[in-house]
Amino acid sequence: MMSHWIIAPVVLPALVAALMVIIMRGDLLLQRVAGVAGVVALNGIAAALLWAATTHGPEVYFLGDWPAPFGIVLVLDQLSALMVAVLAALSLAVVLYAIGSGWDAKGAHFHPLLQFLLMGIGGAFLTGDAFNLFVFFEVLLIASYGLMVHGGGDRRTRAGIQYVAFNLVGSSLFLFALALIYGVTGTLNMADLAEKLPTLPEGDSALIRVAAVMLFMVFAIKGALVPLQFWLPGSYANAPGVVAAMFAVMTKVGAYGVLRFGTLVFPTSLAATGDLLSSLILPAGLVTLVVGAVGVMGASTLPRLAAFAGIASMGTAFVVISAFTPATTAAALYYILHSILATATLFLVADLVTRRRAHARLDAAAPPIAQSGLISALFLAAAVAMAGLPPLSGFIGKLLILDAFRGQAALIWPVILGSSFLLILGFARAGSTLFWKAVALDAEPQEPRPEGLAFTATFGLLAGLALLTVFAGPITAWLGDAAQSLHAPEGYIAANRLGQGD
Amino acid sequence: MEFLVASVIGVLTAVGVYLLLRLRTFPVILGLTFLSYGVNIFLFTAGRLTSNAAPIIGRSEVYADPLPQALVLTAIVISFGMTAVIMMMAIGGYLEAGHDRVNIDDAADAEENKA
Repeated sequence: MMSHWIIAPVVLPALVAALMVIIMRGDLLLQRVAGVAGVVALNGIAAALLWAATTHGPEVYFLGDWPAPFGIVLVLDQLSALMVAVLAALSLAVVLYAIGSGWDAKGAHFHPLLQFLLMGIGGAFLTGDAFNLFVFFEVLLIASYGLMVHGGGDRRTRAGIQYVAFNLVGSSLFLFALALIYGVTGTLNMADLAEKLPTLPEGDSALIRVAAVMLFMVFAIKGALVPLQFWLPGSYANAPGVVAAMFAVMTKVGAYGVLRFGTLVFPTSLAATGDLLSSLILPAGLVTLVVGAVGVMGASTLPRLAAFAGIASMGTAFVVISAFTPATTAAALYYILHSILATATLFLVADLVTRRRAHARLDAAAPPIAQSGLISALFLAAAVAMAGLPPLSGFIGKLLILDAFRGQAALIWPVILGSSFLLILGFARAGSTLFWKAVALDAEPQEPRPEGLAFTATFGLLAGLALLTVFAGPITAWLGDAAQSLHAPEGYIAANRLGQGD
Repeated sequence: MEFLVASVIGVLTAVGVYLLLRLRTFPVILGLTFLSYGVNIFLFTAGRLTSNAAPIIGRSEVYADPLPQALVLTAIVISFGMTAVIMMMAIGGYLEAGHDRVNIDDAADAEENKA
């Protein structure tokens, strides 16, 4: 019986976190062991769920055995299983890096907060209920508030307040949207919404349009879509590097929300919304891409550069998502996978550099850092991946995107290609200041810091990118399958067994 | 009653948005609180306004929709917790930085430290 395992990605981190807080309080070694064991188990569960979703199709877990749409459901389909699997893989790298770099020792409760974050993100990916999605958003946000200010410091705390305030406004918007949807349709189950929305009377379509736009604004805040991106550079650049790497998956929660709601609840075939949403997302995504690329050119510190590169990759992802066809959705999924791993790698490399360097600024050279050769190679690989150069998966991702947009090549190709050029320039500038100009300064060489686990984690993420490149063929075939079932959600809806109270 | 409730939601939201745009942390937090009050009442009205109706079938002629009441309870608990978190962070930030300005600006920080 597979179905009980669907809730495991939510329950397991919650249990591990609670045990850490209650039993292992103050014992960092035990917390580290439990943290690694927890994420390894999560990886196993995620792999099993991915297998189940591939072989059996969508499966529903009825919480408390209440029939849908009255109870809350968790739905496992290919998209949610995939996102949980990526989350699990990234969390393993992040936990290992946090242990190796000593970040988890710089403040209390790093490991429990990370587990709560995993619980929130995993739940957000799995839930099939719109209000439950809000609750899981709050769970992941409150954990991220704690992680964001981990290690303390005046600037970090104040950047954290901005981050919290911005997300609280996002939560209020989310509630407004949900109240509107419930007021019009009388349901919040996502499959039930998909069935009820097309049958609504004409008079309600204005309210549904308002609700849909507000909901997508919430996802745009999470996904840092222009003009709602301005919170991200300050927050991510001031967060601990390892936490920023984990946050790489949190911006993708926004992309996931747009994909899920844009295909299931508000598809382009729905008369009330039509292509309103995609016509809003496409220009915003293009501007986001340009803003991110220009930000990379002008970033004052390496973590800010990584944050802007992350914004650029979110822009690319949203541009592709906005078309809402099976072919573009498959390309979007591949790019999202790549972007999670590449952004996280870049943040980890940025952290490796920043902790060793005399100052954080990119406009002036500093004496060479310890292990400069190894770290510069890592930076090169991360930059190649982020900018979308061959041989890494960013190139394949952008190739798939360009191929999917043959019809609109005049608008989209120049923006994607031009911004890639700006990204390459920005990374080249940063790399030469960090690693080449440093050699010109005469300084005592630094003591190398071994940090084996930290390097292992960074190389592990790079290995993930390499696997994504080598197995691009089978992966894109699988993603094409997942995209097909996203755009034909009958299986997803049928799995909810609506109206059968058994 | 509809007019009263609608204008209360409107006024609370307007006050919240105005305070959110202030430059000091404390008014911003107050603004967030007002905004969450506004949204809570809005969420409550999603189940339609009824008076003298229990959220239980059979107790009265008409019954109130119980689901928005459950939703609003969840929303109240969450916004309460979030306000507590941001309050603690604001106090921490104020104690460490010596002021509660919202913006993160190096030049202003340096001046503040000199003064």
